[in-house]
Amino acid sequence: MVAAALEPFMKGDTGRNTRGLLRLIILCTIAGAAVASRLFSVIRFESIIHEFDPWFNFRATKYLVQNGFYSFWDWFDDRTWHPLGRVTGGTLYPGLMVTSGIIYHILRLLSMPVDIRNICVLLAPGFSGLTAFASYLITSEMTTSPSAGLLAAAFMGITPGYISRSVAGSYDNEAIAIFLLVFTFYLWIKAVKNGSAMWGALTALFYGYMVSAWGGYVFITNLLPLHAFVLICMGRYSPRLYVSYSTWFALGTLASMQIPFVGFLPIRSSEHMSALGVFGLVQLVAFVEFVRQQVPNKQFQTLLRGLILVIFAVSMGALVLLTVSGVIAPWSGRFYSLWDTGYAKIHIPIIASVSEHQPTAWPAFFFDLNLMIWLFPAGVYLCFQQLKDEHVFVVIYAVLASYFAGVMVRLMLTLTPVVCIAAALALSSILDTYLVANNPTPKETQPNGQATGDVVKNATDYIKDSLRSTRNPVLGIYSYISKASVVGAVTTYLLLFVLHCTWVTSNAYSSPSVVLASKLPDGSQHIIDDYREAYYWLRQNTPPKAKIMSWWDYGYQIGGMADRPTLVDNNTWNNTHIATVGKAMSSREEVSYPILRQHDVDYVLIVFGGLLGYSGDDINKFLWMVRISEGIWPEEINERNYFTARGEYRVDDEATPTMRNSLMYKMSYYNYNALFPAGQAQDRVRGSKLPAEGPQLSTMEEAFTSENWIIRIYKVKDLDNVGRDHASAVAFDKGNKKKKTAKRRGARALRVE
Amino acid sequence: MPPKQRAQISSTSSVPPIPKSITSTSQSTTHGKSSSTSSFSSKSNQSAQDVLIDLWNNYLNTTPQRVKLVDVFMAFLVMVGGLQFVYCVLVGNYPFNAFLSGFSATVGQFVLTASLRIQTNPENKMEFRSVSHERAFADFVFGSLILHFFCVNFIN
Repeated sequence: MVAAALEPFMKGDTGRNTRGLLRLIILCTIAGAAVASRLFSVIRFESIIHEFDPWFNFRATKYLVQNGFYSFWDWFDDRTWHPLGRVTGGTLYPGLMVTSGIIYHILRLLSMPVDIRNICVLLAPGFSGLTAFASYLITSEMTTSPSAGLLAAAFMGITPGYISRSVAGSYDNEAIAIFLLVFTFYLWIKAVKNGSAMWGALTALFYGYMVSAWGGYVFITNLLPLHAFVLICMGRYSPRLYVSYSTWFALGTLASMQIPFVGFLPIRSSEHMSALGVFGLVQLVAFVEFVRQQVPNKQFQTLLRGLILVIFAVSMGALVLLTVSGVIAPWSGRFYSLWDTGYAKIHIPIIASVSEHQPTAWPAFFFDLNLMIWLFPAGVYLCFQQLKDEHVFVVIYAVLASYFAGVMVRLMLTLTPVVCIAAALALSSILDTYLVANNPTPKETQPNGQATGDVVKNATDYIKDSLRSTRNPVLGIYSYISKASVVGAVTTYLLLFVLHCTWVTSNAYSSPSVVLASKLPDGSQHIIDDYREAYYWLRQNTPPKAKIMSWWDYGYQIGGMADRPTLVDNNTWNNTHIATVGKAMSSREEVSYPILRQHDVDYVLIVFGGLLGYSGDDINKFLWMVRISEGIWPEEINERNYFTARGEYRVDDEATPTMRNSLMYKMSYYNYNALFPAGQAQDRVRGSKLPAEGPQLSTMEEAFTSENWIIRIYKVKDLDNVGRDHASAVAFDKGNKKKKTAKRRGARALRVE
Repeated sequence: MPPKQRAQISSTSSVPPIPKSITSTSQSTTHGKSSSTSSFSSKSNQSAQDVLIDLWNNYLNTTPQRVKLVDVFMAFLVMVGGLQFVYCVLVGNYPFNAFLSGFSATVGQFVLTASLRIQTNPENKMEFRSVSHERAFADFVFGSLILHFFCVNFIN
């Protein structure tokens, strides 16, 4: 076992131990580099959880650490999705939280009490080191040249496509899932190669871990059966395949059903049916093989014909029966949108509204993968040249992942590992060809690697075998000039790649998005901390039971930072509830107020970027609220009414009455005029001048506005004491007490400073 | 290690005359079941029955005793699994967890046993160069342990 684990390190013919040690040191350095390049955000800002989803994971982890595993498992959260609540323990992927919980307790055991927040922040970088190691292992299985493995590890360590989801503080499921993905694939390849039930069982175990960690496990669920299926179709069925696939499927399916959130899905939903089907197919093929060896050829044909007929009839019947009776669930919407990119936009706006579910723009590929994107096809081509079982796997993986990465930005993440592997294969074969062939002796022995310190399989080896004209043993590149030029070029590319990766990481992917950074005119950094300011205000100034309504993007952050109950959050499990919030935001006050009352809303929180030019604000997301609520109440909300007659989305004088009367518009621009000289109010995001007279709010009052006006919080008024409606009450107040409003305006101007 | 292994192979292969090879997958019962159904569909074919009889005799003659024992175990598993399935169809699947874990326990155990049988088959020696017989058995135990742990955990 230990020898087997160490075996990949010990390839090579000279200085076994030295090489192994050297390789280990290189890998450790790569892991170190992988961790280090993800720490920009911690150094630049602070040790803080990023973005949206991580805040929920962080909150759940804290709950796990405080209350123990069992109460975490049975956790019913009444502080989200008010008034419905959420069966959190049964609707999340617990792998991430449990992992950091275990790390937390191990560190405590070693009497190193580390704050759980720091563990959460640093979990993703830590696992990225392991991912680099796993990609070394998997690449070493592909080729005899271990330099490929080291290159793949280095690529995996620093490629922006992976860093984008694993910087320090991005405490999301992907943080550990990518490691599990790559490692599961490694174990699978190992299982197919050796035909060992142990590797198959280990694959199943890590697959189970993967299922507990990320919804993307479906990718494995479909890729492994596809690999097995393609192998069978290529006529490459072998007992090894039977052993590995059956073991993986039998154990892995059971393992995946242990997670409450997945539950019976593996036998119910269509996404998992391919695995089941291939399992049946493998059993059949194995059985047929068995029979074939038992009887003479002629008889076998008769038998086979009967068998095929029966199986066809039975399986068709079963399929029709199951589909008609509805036992097999239809495909989930997110899955449809993988095949038909327009599907989500028409049918499920809530999926389409998430920016990471949008199709990928082509520059993103170059941005995230840089030079690997053009090495990638070369690497796949090299796989075709050898085309053993494991190379078939890489080819399939490459094709599928490329497609999916083109459909959804987020799935770039699953493409990254295979690109790293293929690129490393291509690059190492170039380096081997140019660096290693050092002695034109007639007898072609395994030459020894020198400059790079890697042992390498001579690439001329298979060239020699494939073409008769190249059987001439004195073939290869032996002149120093050609060697130096090619190696020099490759080194330059690699250095540029490192530069690019560092630049992308530092500029694009290291912003926590909770804290914004901007540059002052003198070049110094200015931190805009409105989010935390507002959430902290909520935490300090509102009763613990106060219900906060906001668009669902901010639900997790409010739960995590302000610790207040929310109506909707990023879990988005209940479309109607979200549509209700959308309706409240996009309707007139008179319509919204009863909705707010019905849902016990105490405060409404919106994000407004008009003062600062922060483009990710609620007015820009507003159309999604309209669309989602239109999906439920088409007769009350109509998207067209929010556009001008010429089809423009405007907020200035020409905005439509529906737009100007909507609660969101009113809340965003309420009192905004007061900041500017009369008639000069301007929205810096949409670059438009606002109407001279600002909107009037009657059913709610402004409670808090953050320093840069990014977050505005409104308090929902209680019913009027005298029983008037709010509009007339406000009008009455205005008519009598003009002085008071003037005073209020003055006070707010102070807060703005 | 090596001498022991060789001894075991010779012991398994020294069982009576071997006109044809012992083969990969076992599934004696599955084969019995589906061959009986296939005889219905190809009734027009005269030789089908002979073929099946041939097959059966061939199996009886060539399979070593120890492998037959494994096959009986697998037949038992198929029977238990089939029973559970019939029960589920007839009576209903109310404790669905229990049914699932029971059923997948039989399926999983069947598959693992089949794997063990394939791996220890001398015919497949070339395929499983890294897997000795002892290793195959250890893998079998390892897999079964995991399987039954999951089943017990899932049964509610």
